[in-house]
Amino acid sequence: MAKYCAVGKRADKDSKEYNICDESRSELLPILEKIQDKRGYISDKDMQQIADRLGIHPVEVYSVVTFYSFLNSEKAGKHTIRVSNCISSVMKGSKRIVREFEKELGINIGETTRDKKITLKEISCIGMCDLAPAVMVDSQLVGRVTTQKVKDIVKELKR
Amino acid sequence: MDKKKRPFSEKTSRAPVSQRPQSFEKTAKGALGATVKVIIDDIELHVPMGTTILEAAKSINVNIPTLCQHDDLCLAGVCRVCIVEVEDQKTLQASCAYPITVPIKVKTYSPKVRRGRRNIIQLLLRNHYGECYSCSKNNNCELQSLAKEYGVKSYTFGHIEEPRYEQDNSSYSVERDMNKCVLCRRCVRTCIDLQEVGVLEAVEKGAETRIATYLDKPLNDVICINCGQCINRCPTGALKAKDPAEEVWAAIDDPAKHVIIQTAPSPRAAIGEEFGLAPGTSVTKQLNTALRRMGFDKVFDTNFTADLTIMEEGTELLLKLRDVLVNKKKIALPQFTSCSPGWVKYIEHFYPDKLGHVSTAKSPQQMFGAIVKTWYAEREGIDPADIVSVSLMPCSAKKFECERPEMDDSGFKDVDFALTTRELAGMIKECGMDLPNLPKSEFDNPLGTGTGAALIFGTTGGVMEAAIRTVYEIVTGEEVPFNKLRVTPVRGTEGIREAALPVKKAKKEWKFLEGVTLKVMVGHGTANAKKIMDMLCRGELSGYHFIEIMACPGGCLGGGGQPIPTSPEIREARAKAIYKEEEGLPYRKSHENPFIKLIYKEFLKEGPCGDLSHKLLHTKYTPRGKWIGKKKVAKRLIAV
Repeated sequence: MAKYCAVGKRADKDSKEYNICDESRSELLPILEKIQDKRGYISDKDMQQIADRLGIHPVEVYSVVTFYSFLNSEKAGKHTIRVSNCISSVMKGSKRIVREFEKELGINIGETTRDKKITLKEISCIGMCDLAPAVMVDSQLVGRVTTQKVKDIVKELKR
Repeated sequence: MDKKKRPFSEKTSRAPVSQRPQSFEKTAKGALGATVKVIIDDIELHVPMGTTILEAAKSINVNIPTLCQHDDLCLAGVCRVCIVEVEDQKTLQASCAYPITVPIKVKTYSPKVRRGRRNIIQLLLRNHYGECYSCSKNNNCELQSLAKEYGVKSYTFGHIEEPRYEQDNSSYSVERDMNKCVLCRRCVRTCIDLQEVGVLEAVEKGAETRIATYLDKPLNDVICINCGQCINRCPTGALKAKDPAEEVWAAIDDPAKHVIIQTAPSPRAAIGEEFGLAPGTSVTKQLNTALRRMGFDKVFDTNFTADLTIMEEGTELLLKLRDVLVNKKKIALPQFTSCSPGWVKYIEHFYPDKLGHVSTAKSPQQMFGAIVKTWYAEREGIDPADIVSVSLMPCSAKKFECERPEMDDSGFKDVDFALTTRELAGMIKECGMDLPNLPKSEFDNPLGTGTGAALIFGTTGGVMEAAIRTVYEIVTGEEVPFNKLRVTPVRGTEGIREAALPVKKAKKEWKFLEGVTLKVMVGHGTANAKKIMDMLCRGELSGYHFIEIMACPGGCLGGGGQPIPTSPEIREARAKAIYKEEEGLPYRKSHENPFIKLIYKEFLKEGPCGDLSHKLLHTKYTPRGKWIGKKKVAKRLIAV
């Protein structure tokens, strides 16, 4: 039952933000974030365990996981490329960037390469409208992406 | 304005705060207290602080259209159909979610409002795959009526022509078609808040939002209890009950088959609504005529086996009490009723370790099926293989119940088809019959006589009242000490009700009950069932003996197969009709039913809870648990 609390406590004993043991639904996001950090995705089993612990329904956890772009309900690759699809990026040609990535990686948007290394995703605004089209590679922001930059990013990640 | 009668408590609701109604302390109308002036379309009125614009408008008969708002559910403010113009506010406001706290001036049909409302309805229609002619909700669809009332003449924003999602027909009871969904989230609020089952929720975001089950699994693979409350509240045809009408017609048309129908009490008090009668008009006898004319060979009454249920369940309780009090055995008490298949599946999923508390007696529908294919077939000299047993039920979970593999104690499938009130109304309409104006006729015997005690099974507290009347009389030899047999403490609409009945003197064989106070509890809606189960788990119910639980708010008359719409007022009207009809019946206690006496003399010779009763009338439950296993995932046809 207290499995997920323990995960947090072991990770950082001193930090107060991990002391989330009042078992209310407001704990949900911190727990999900932690599991996402730890495993890279939130599995079916995780979702049901969390729901049981917080006294909510598994479908509510699933709803939250699917709502947030940074939470995965399925196993993702080692690296994730997120292409912004907010309006300024679209006007600056993010669709072309997406196509370019798809071509370079040989996958469609939303998929993972066969070697489980790179996942390609679309994401809503990441606050980089001034540097559109923007791309987020793992936790790093890349602005004013061009075809050349796409090739560089893929090359870098594949290394 | 009265506080809204909701079937669940807002204070203890687990719904997220954002989904709960704004709680302002409202003062009663006419009482001294904070009121606020509001001008709606030039009509001035004073309303208690915190009244929403929608409520205020309703009180002066100004009609504001709504879609996501429902009297049973907490407010959501997601559809925006109820927008109005509030003076000094830059944007249009959703009137259902706007509590009035300062004097305001509202316009409900200004050009801006009309234009906005029409746009919103057109946007809703944009994503609605409307195949109105073949839709189960044709002519009873809230979206359809809105489009008509608010002047939608074309699809300004386009219209989808192709279905985008696969239909989910996996469940025995509830079918889902996401193509017709307008994302009002009534089903979500029903499932999570009203029933606390938690099968449906909105997933993804923005344009990709859809209502889904856990991991998009088929409904049959998740923990759905088939109560069908979501069907009753869906404003479109996205949710419907599985309709066996064609199979029933085929059986009727087959001359080799002997088709019988049993009708439950709740549909009889509600089916008139489908024919334009006011809620609470009982048409039992006209319905008998209609069913005969449709071609059913015999028209029977589920009340007969409801009486049988009381005999079996009451005896089971008394035997358990004897075991506990005299033999000092460890037996799970309190005993729960088992008439509601939604509740049975709920406890199988959520409290599988407490299944020992549930009475082993089958529900009246299943008892009837078993009796028809044994006793009745034998008496009439009909081969049970040729009997097609149909039931008219207010309930979608009954469809699942009759498909349970263990329900074949007669050697055949006990009940072949369970029709809901809506489906039977459709079949009657198909025959061109005007139900309210048909001549009256009686049920067929021997399975057509029920008592008043059985009739009130349809409302919450009814099973308890019937059981009290019989058990009390068996034990003391006297009638229950209530005026006209009205066991008032268990009646009403509160979510959980309790009653205590002291047994002052008992007959010789029940001497051990003398001085014992029978403590009972009644709950309706699985949210209340959950509260009761949690009390049980905490050990707070040790002094209780018998607990009635119905899965649907209001009991069976608010069931998932009943005419749409539903609201607290409609359910109260139906309950009144049932109580009224009950007082006019010749027999009002289950054990007085002459045919019950006959069946125990002729067929179930060992009496209630005897060996044959145990074989035919009792069942076993499956501990299912709430963990959702790995099974196939329903796929979406085309990406949004």
